[in-house]
Amino acid sequence: MAGSSIMESFFQRSLDDLIKGLRLQVTEYNFISKSLEEIKREIKSTDIQTKSIALEKLTYLNSIHSVDMIWASFHVVEVMSSTKFIHKKIGYLAASQSFNESTDVILLITNQLRKDLNSSNQFEAGLALECLAVIGNTDLARDLTPEIFTLLSSSKEFVRKKAVAVILRVFNKYPDAVRVSFKRLVENLESVNSDPTAAIGVFCELCSKDPRSYLPLAPEFYKILVDSKNNWVLIKVLKVFSKLAPLEPRLAKRIVDPIGEHMKRTSSKSLMFECIRTVVTCLTDYEVILKLAVEKIRDCFLSDNDDDPNLKYLGLQVLSILGSKQHLWAVVENKEFVIKSLSDLDPNIKFESLRLVMEMVSEGNVAEITHYLVGAALKSDPEFCNEILGSILMTCSRNVYKVIVDFDWYVSLLGDISRNPHCQKGEEIERQLVDICLRVAEVRPEIVRVARDLLIDPALLSNPYMHRILRAAVWVSGEHIELSRNPFELMEALLQPRTNLLPPLVRAVYIQSAFKVLVFCLYSYLGPKEVILTPVGDLAPEESAEASEQEASFSEGDEYFDPRMKRSGAGHTWDRNIDNGQASSSASLENDPFTHESIFNMLNMIKMALGPLSGSDEVEVQERAGNVLGLIDLMEQELPGLLVREGSLRGEEFQGVKVLDLLQNAFSKELGPVSLSAQQRVPVPEGLLLKENLSELETVCGDINLTPSSSFSLGSVLFVERHNSQQTEKESEPSSESTSLLSEHRKRHGLYYLSADKNGSGSNDYPPVNELSNAIDGAQDLLRLPGQSVDSKKKSTTKRRPVVVRLDDGEEAPVSGVQKPKDSKDDILSGAIRNILLGDETKHMSSQSNPSNTEKRNGKEVSLDTGHVPQSKDMGEIENPSTSISQHGNERRRRSKKKDGEESSHKEKQKSHRQGRSKTRQTAEIQSPVIPDFLL
Amino acid sequence: MGIRFILMVNKQGQTRLAQYYEYLTIEQRRALEGEIVRKCLARTEQQCSFVEHRNYKVIYRRYASLFFLVGVDNDENELAILEFIHLLVETMDRHFGNVCELDIMFHLEKAHFMLEEMVINGCIVETNKSNILMPIQLMDKAS
Repeated sequence: MAGSSIMESFFQRSLDDLIKGLRLQVTEYNFISKSLEEIKREIKSTDIQTKSIALEKLTYLNSIHSVDMIWASFHVVEVMSSTKFIHKKIGYLAASQSFNESTDVILLITNQLRKDLNSSNQFEAGLALECLAVIGNTDLARDLTPEIFTLLSSSKEFVRKKAVAVILRVFNKYPDAVRVSFKRLVENLESVNSDPTAAIGVFCELCSKDPRSYLPLAPEFYKILVDSKNNWVLIKVLKVFSKLAPLEPRLAKRIVDPIGEHMKRTSSKSLMFECIRTVVTCLTDYEVILKLAVEKIRDCFLSDNDDDPNLKYLGLQVLSILGSKQHLWAVVENKEFVIKSLSDLDPNIKFESLRLVMEMVSEGNVAEITHYLVGAALKSDPEFCNEILGSILMTCSRNVYKVIVDFDWYVSLLGDISRNPHCQKGEEIERQLVDICLRVAEVRPEIVRVARDLLIDPALLSNPYMHRILRAAVWVSGEHIELSRNPFELMEALLQPRTNLLPPLVRAVYIQSAFKVLVFCLYSYLGPKEVILTPVGDLAPEESAEASEQEASFSEGDEYFDPRMKRSGAGHTWDRNIDNGQASSSASLENDPFTHESIFNMLNMIKMALGPLSGSDEVEVQERAGNVLGLIDLMEQELPGLLVREGSLRGEEFQGVKVLDLLQNAFSKELGPVSLSAQQRVPVPEGLLLKENLSELETVCGDINLTPSSSFSLGSVLFVERHNSQQTEKESEPSSESTSLLSEHRKRHGLYYLSADKNGSGSNDYPPVNELSNAIDGAQDLLRLPGQSVDSKKKSTTKRRPVVVRLDDGEEAPVSGVQKPKDSKDDILSGAIRNILLGDETKHMSSQSNPSNTEKRNGKEVSLDTGHVPQSKDMGEIENPSTSISQHGNERRRRSKKKDGEESSHKEKQKSHRQGRSKTRQTAEIQSPVIPDFLL
Repeated sequence: MGIRFILMVNKQGQTRLAQYYEYLTIEQRRALEGEIVRKCLARTEQQCSFVEHRNYKVIYRRYASLFFLVGVDNDENELAILEFIHLLVETMDRHFGNVCELDIMFHLEKAHFMLEEMVINGCIVETNKSNILMPIQLMDKAS
C-alpha cells in the first residue's frame, strides 16, 4: 500500500506540469479530459499529498477551464481536514471555489470549521473565515456565531478584520447573531488602534439596506470622517453618510464642513469624486458646498487639458445627478463641454452627454437642441443614432408633449426622423403620430401633409422599420381625408405596387384607408350639393342617417362640416399648389377635381389593384379588399343613372347613395382619446340588472349543458349570450319551474356549475359587451378640454400652443405605487440591529450620569430642536409606544417638542440615557469635545 | 456586497484568474466571462474604463497583455476600484518581481491568496502591501 502511494506520488503530474502541458496543446479538450481521468484516479489515493495535488489541479481546471468539480466535494472535505497547513489551504481554496450554500457536504464541515476557527494558528483561522465568507449558509452561521464572536475581539488584527468581514454574511444568514455580536462589531469600528477598513465596509453594506437603524452610530462615523487618513475608509464612510443624511437634516448640516475640508485638501481623485457625489446626492440644500462641488466638477473632471475619459464620464454622471435634482444651472454652466462630448470616441460618454442634453431641453430651446441632435444622429453610428432619436421622442412626448409649443414643427420633425436611414423607432413614432392626431385638432392638416410626403415615397416601403410609421401615416390620411390636398394622388400612393412589400396587417390598414378615400371622393362627387350640416354627435351610425333628416340640423356637432365645405375651405392651398406647378395627376383639373372621368379612373385603378387581393391568404387583407370591391360593384351599377341626373341628386332614390351616406357619416365621426378609467365612470344605466346576470347565466348554462355534445362551438355561445340578454329584457325572473327542473337534472348528473347562492357575492360589475358603445360615448363626455378648444380655435391665428386634449386621469400609465415588499430577512436583521442599538442604551440608562455635561447639552438640544419636523415613525414606537421615549435616543428628542408635557418627566432619563449611550465610546466622547453632540 | 467578482484575462480573451464573491454555476460564470471580456476587450484606450453589464458595473484596467476586470455593485466608487486594481498589481509585482501573465498562471493559488487577504465577502479589508504579503512570505519560508 505504502509502496503504491509512493509510486503514485512519484509519477504524479504536478500542477506546474499540468499547466505546461496545457500550454503545449493546440486543442486543450483532449488533454483536459485525459488529465481529468488522472485526477479522478489520484484523488482517491490514501496519500494526502497525492490527493491534495490532484485536488489542486482540479481546482485549477475548474477555475480556468470551467471543468465541473462538484463530484469531488467529499474529497475537498477530506483535504480540508488535513492537519498540514499546506494541504488544508488547497482544500479550503477548492471549497470556496466550488461549494455553494446547498452543497450537501457542508453538513460535514461544521466541526472542521469550528476547530480551525479556534485554532491557535491565526492562518488556519483565517482560512476558515475566508471560506465561511463564501459558503456560509444559515446553519453554519448559527452554529459558528460563538466562534466568530470570539474572533471579533481577537488580539490579532489578522483574524479580527476577517471576522468583521465575515460577520456581514452571518448577519444576513442568521439575523439572531446580531444580538450577540453587534456590539463587538461597533467596537471594531471605533477602536483607536485598529484599522476600521473592514468594519466600515461592513457598515456601508448594512446601511444600504436599512439606513435608519444606523443613525445612532452617526457620532462614530463622524469621528472617522474627521480623523481618518485612509482614503478607502473615507470613501466608505462618505457612502454611509450619503445614506444617513437624507434621514436626518441636522446630520447633513453637520457633515457639510468636514466634507468641504476634504474637498479642498485632498489630491486623490477617488476621494474627491466621492465627496462630490455625496454632495450632489444629499447635500444640495447647502449652497456653499454645492457651489464648491460644481466648481470641482468643472476643474477636476470636465477640464480639457486633462483628457482622461474616466474623469469625463464620471463628471458627466454627477452632472446628470444634479440635473435630475432641479439644479440644471450646473449642467447649463457646462453646456459646451456636454455638447462636445456628444461626439466623443467613447459610446458611454456619448450616452451620458446625450442624457444631459435632454435634461436641458425646455420649451424655449427644444427646436434648437433637437435640430442639432437630428443632425448629429445622421452622422453617428446606427446604435447611437437610435439612442438620440429615442431620447428626442421620449423627451418631447413627456408629460403629454409639455415642451412642444409648435406642433406643426414637431410633426414635421417626426417626418424627418422617420426618414433617417438608421431609424428603428417606428413603433414610437407611429404611436406619437396617432396620438398627436387625436389630441391636437389644429395640427391635423400638417400631419396629413407629412403623412402624404411619406406615403408617396415608394423607397420607404422597403424599409421594415418604416412600416409602423407608414401605418400611422395611412391611418391619419384616411381618417382625415377631408384635409388632404389631393385625394387622387393619395389613392395612387395607397395602391402603389410596392405596397406588396408590407406585412398584411399594415396592408389591411392601407386598404381600409383606400376605402375611406373612395367613400369620400364618391360622396363629394355624388353627395348632396347643398350645404347641410350633418349632425355627427354621439349617435350610433345606424341612427344618425335617420336622424340627419328628422332632427334639426343644428345639433352640437357644429364643428363637423360636410366634407364638401371642408374641401372648399382647403381649396386655397390646393390652388396654390397647382399654381406652383407641382403638378400631380389631377393638376390639370379645375376647381372641382371630382369629375366623371376622374372618378371613373379611380374606380378602375382600385379594381386593378385590389382585384387580385380578394383572393389573398390573409383574412384581414382579403376582407377589406372585398369591402372596397363590393362598394365599387354597387356604385358601378348605379353610377350611370346617377350621372344622368347630375346636379339634382336625390339620395333616397338610389341605394348606393344611401350606403354612401351611411359610410360617410360613420367615417367622419371624430375619434378622441379615451381615458383609461373612462369605463369605470360610466354610470350603470337604470334597469340594467348586473347582479342578476349570473343567475340568468346559470339557467342558460344549464341549458347548454343539457345538450348531448360535450363541446359547443363559439357560435352557440354567442347565440346564448344574445339569447340571454333578450331574456334579461323580457322576463326579469326565470320561471321557477324550469329552475327547479334544472337543478333536479344537475343533481342527477352531478353537474354543478355556479352555485345559486353565490350570485350576489360575485363582483361582476363589468357592463356587458353591448354596453361598449355607450361607454365610449360616456367617455367622450368626460374628455376635459382645457381652455374651451372650440372657441379658441377661431380667436387668433398667431403662433401659440394649440390645445392638446388631455384626460384628467388615467392618462399616464399608472405608476406602480406598490413598493416592493421588503425582504423579510432584511426586516429581521434591521429589527435586531435596532433593538441592539437602542436596547443597549436603555440598559445603561440608569447607570451613569454627568450632571454638568448634560446641563450644557440640554441647552443645545433645545436649539437644535426648533423647527425640526418630526419624521416618519420608527418601528420601535409602533411596537412599544410606552417605552419608546426612553428607548430612542434620537427619536425621543425629536418628538420632545410635541410632547412638551412629558418633557420634564423624561429629562432626567434623557440625560442619563445619553450618557449611557455613549458609554461604549465614552473615551472618544469625553476626550475630544471637538466632536459635537449633534445627534444626542 | 461591494465587489462581486475579479477577473484577470489576457488580450486573447483567455481567463487567467477568476474569483467570485457570489455563487454562480460554471455555466453562468462562463457566459458572464465571455460577455464581459468581449465587451471590454473591444474598447480602445481613448474610452473610459467603466462598462455597465447586466446589473454590474465592470471596471477594468489593462497592464501590458493582461486585463484586470472588477465587477462591482452600482454605487461603488469607480476611481477607488481603479486604485484597488493598481494596488493589486503593485502587490503582485512586489512579490513576483516584474509580474507577468506567466507568474499568475503558474502561481494561481498565490494570486488567490493575495486576493483573499485583500477582499473578503466583497469588502476590501486590507490595503497595506506588507500586511497582504505577510502570510504568503511566511508560507514560502516554511516550504
